[in-house]
Order: sequence, then structure tokens, then C-alpha cells
Amino acid sequence: MTSNKTPLYQQHIEAGAKIVDFSGWQMPIHYGSQLEEHHVVRQSAGVFDVSHMNVVDLNGSGSKSFLQHLLANDVEKLTVPGKALYSCMLTENGGIIDDLIVYFMNQDWYRVILNAGTHDKDMAWIRQQLQNFTDVTLTERPELAMLAIQGPKAIGAFTSLLPADVAAKVSELAVFQACELDDMFVGRTGYTGEDGVEVILAAEAAVDIWQKLMDVGVKPIGLGARDTLRLEAGMALYGLDMDETTSPLVSGLAWTVAWQPETRDFNGRKALEAEKQNGPGQRMVGLLLTGKGVLRSHQQVQFADGGKGEITSGSFSPTLARSIALARVPATVKTGDVCEVDIRGRLVPAVVVKYPFVRNGKAVIEIEQV
Amino acid sequence: MSNVPQELRYTQSHEWVLAGDDGQVTVGITDHAQELLGDMVFIELPEMGAELDAGDECTVVESVKAASDVYAPVAGTVVAVNEKLVDAPELINEDPYGDGWMFRLQIADPSQLDSLLDASAYEVVESED
Repeated sequence: MTSNKTPLYQQHIEAGAKIVDFSGWQMPIHYGSQLEEHHVVRQSAGVFDVSHMNVVDLNGSGSKSFLQHLLANDVEKLTVPGKALYSCMLTENGGIIDDLIVYFMNQDWYRVILNAGTHDKDMAWIRQQLQNFTDVTLTERPELAMLAIQGPKAIGAFTSLLPADVAAKVSELAVFQACELDDMFVGRTGYTGEDGVEVILAAEAAVDIWQKLMDVGVKPIGLGARDTLRLEAGMALYGLDMDETTSPLVSGLAWTVAWQPETRDFNGRKALEAEKQNGPGQRMVGLLLTGKGVLRSHQQVQFADGGKGEITSGSFSPTLARSIALARVPATVKTGDVCEVDIRGRLVPAVVVKYPFVRNGKAVIEIEQV
Repeated sequence: MSNVPQELRYTQSHEWVLAGDDGQVTVGITDHAQELLGDMVFIELPEMGAELDAGDECTVVESVKAASDVYAPVAGTVVAVNEKLVDAPELINEDPYGDGWMFRLQIADPSQLDSLLDASAYEVVESED
């Protein structure tokens, strides 16, 4: 197995990281306490090294029509330079090959950020799809590092390191908007449910910024907390909440499918239309465990009417001090329905809730309702 | 390097055992084990009075990361459980050999203790992990 290290590997070791293998990358799972790191991001500011993610640039006048074919969401929505769009990339059967963010930089340049764990199959698929298009060049950017600086104090801490004119531009960024600043690409995006930025930059610059962030009190945050933060924020994770056997319609991602205009022939469109026509049999819901224990992926969920579902990702929610999960359940299930989850042979009661569970540091579900 | 007190006995599966003079033993998980598992958020303790065989799964601890079984290191009857852990499972992380103890067994056959690892043998187990 290949073992890749990001440019910040040494920084992780120095910060006391526990390193684990993540899709062939040596990544920090935590730096002592995953729970503390989680709370830091909800309450203050933390930085994640996400340099393992796959940054791909598409250049050329054919980029737009290529992406309109490749993605279930429509890059036509992107008119302001720097604006970002979340989308799934589908098979012809409507299964999800990967989820991604695409930034529109200008008519001849889109930047796509894909998952690390799906790198090889993503690139094989994209290159194969490219064969039918002209005037598009694909460039992988493995030399670039990526930092996610997240939390209510993240933008303040980050901009304190920048010259005043550059800092002003970052502070003014709209949500889901990116800009290029000297040698940095800065987007107001993230995977935590908190305000913050994701910064793509050269390896050396990343080490420099990382150190400066540490100096102003920003804490390093591992992939463990990244997972509990994204789950509380109700953000789906590729490989658990979706994969090639599930469509966006049963993954809580119907909102990312751009059906209009009907003439746009994107991969998977026919399959999705048929699924929509028949009514998807399942849907994604949030679960809040009312009994004791911890919800985990693949646990079975049973409803009073005999309906069955499965938890796609679950964990302990540090913010709510309860266990929460995303679960794929029969489409007839409604918010407020109660169910039982098979936790290692014990049937433990849970309730269906709307997600996200937490946004901007605060619970958005009412624990009192249960 | 994690803490491995000399006065305790250990298992391959990372439990520690403190033998008292009263035929009772106290059981918990080692510093190394809590470090591997990470922040504890839930524990399911054995029932009082339960009769356990050596190697029985008798406790479940769940960290943010994963669930893990704790095994009875020796055969015996559960005579005490650490109820404090139910509301404060983080005690296992903070003080694995003290406030993080899990249960106490009355054992019939003290010779069972001889089959457990001593501190230096457990350090070898740890280093192979």
C-alpha cells in the first residue's frame, strides 16, 4: 500500500498527532482529544490539513459543457467568478461516483475538489468522459496543499495574518465564494457547519501559514473531529452515506440535482428521472438516540409498522452530548417517528429528526421534543 | 510511552487486574487501551451478581471512534461496578487505573491470577500493538 504524506506531516508529529492511514495517506486522527478538538471548532477556531483531497483544474472553452455533462448539478448556475457549487458525479445508473465542489473561476477555468479515497476511480472516469469533449484540459494539482480553517473565530484569526488589503477581501467573501489572492486560493467553504475558509496553496506557504495560525492560537484538528463536526452539520460522507449503489435521491441530496433545463443531458439523468417517476423507495433522515449507546454505520433500524432502515453514519455528538446518525429509511417515514436501533443485539429507542443537528455552534434540533 | 504500573496484572486484551487480599479483584482497561480507543462516551457495565468465565465479554466501552468489548480476565462473580462511569465515561481516559476502574469480581480460585501477565510481559504486548 502506498503511504502518502502531506507537506504538513512534520507539523502534525510536532503537534502530537496520532497518525492513521486514511485512503493511503498518513493523516492525523487527533492531537490528544477528538472531543476537545470538536468543541474548539464549534466555539473558537481550528485548522485541518486536508491536503490529501484531490484538486483538479479544468481549463479551456469546453470546460463548462463538459461539467454540464459530468455533474448532476448545473455549473450554469455559476455566473460570478469564484462561486462554488456542490454536486454529485453519477454513473449512467444514477449511482454516486463521488461528491465534489466545483469553483467557477472564469470561462476557461473551473477548479474541482474531489475526495481522496476515490481518487483513482474518479480520475479514470473523468478521463474517460473527457474523450467525447474538445477544448478541455485536465490538470491534477497534487503539489498544492489545502487547509480548512473553521470556527466562529477562524476568519478573524486567518485574516490577522494577512496584509490589510488581502484580509479585507477574505472578510468580504460571500458564503460558497472563493477568490485568488496572490498565491493563495481562498474559499468561504467548509465541512463543519461553522464559518471559515478553505485555502489552497503551495506546500511551503501552507507550512508557513500553519505555523502562524498556531502562533495566534488556532488549534490543529484531526480527521476524527472532522467526522463528528460534519455529521452534526448533516453533511453526507462519501463511502458511508452514499456510494455507487445509491442515488442522490435516496442520499438526502435531491437538492443537488438540477433537473432544469430538461435538455441538459448529464450522466445518470435517465436513471434519476425513472427513479423520481416511480418515487424513490427510501430517504435519508436524521436520528437522535433517546436510549443509551452510540449509533454506528450499518446498524439496523426498525419502525413500528415493520419498515426497516439502516444507519449510514452515526456517532456521539459532542455538542448535543447524545448519539446521532444519518439513516436511510423507507420513504414513508416522517420526522418525529420513533424507531428502534439494533445496537449489538440490544434494541434501543431513537426518534427521527430533521438534520442538520448543529449549525454555527448551536443545536438546531430540539432535544426537549424527546 | 503509556503507564504500566508494576503492581498490577494484565491480559493480552488490555485489561488490568488488581488483586485484593479478600479474594476480590478489580478490573479496568490499561492506559494504552484508553489511548488507542480515544475519548470515551459510553459504557455498558456488567450486571451485579453476574457469573463470568474468564474471557467472557462483559462490558462495552464506546469511544467517539468505536465500540470495544472488555473481557473478564478471570472467572468470578460481579460484586461491584463503577456506576460513576455511566455519567462520566471520560474517567477511563483521565484515570484508567484509578477512578476509571470498571468492575470487581469475587473469585473462587486465586491460582487463576498466575496465568495473567506481569507488567514487563504486558509492555511487550503493548509494543507489538
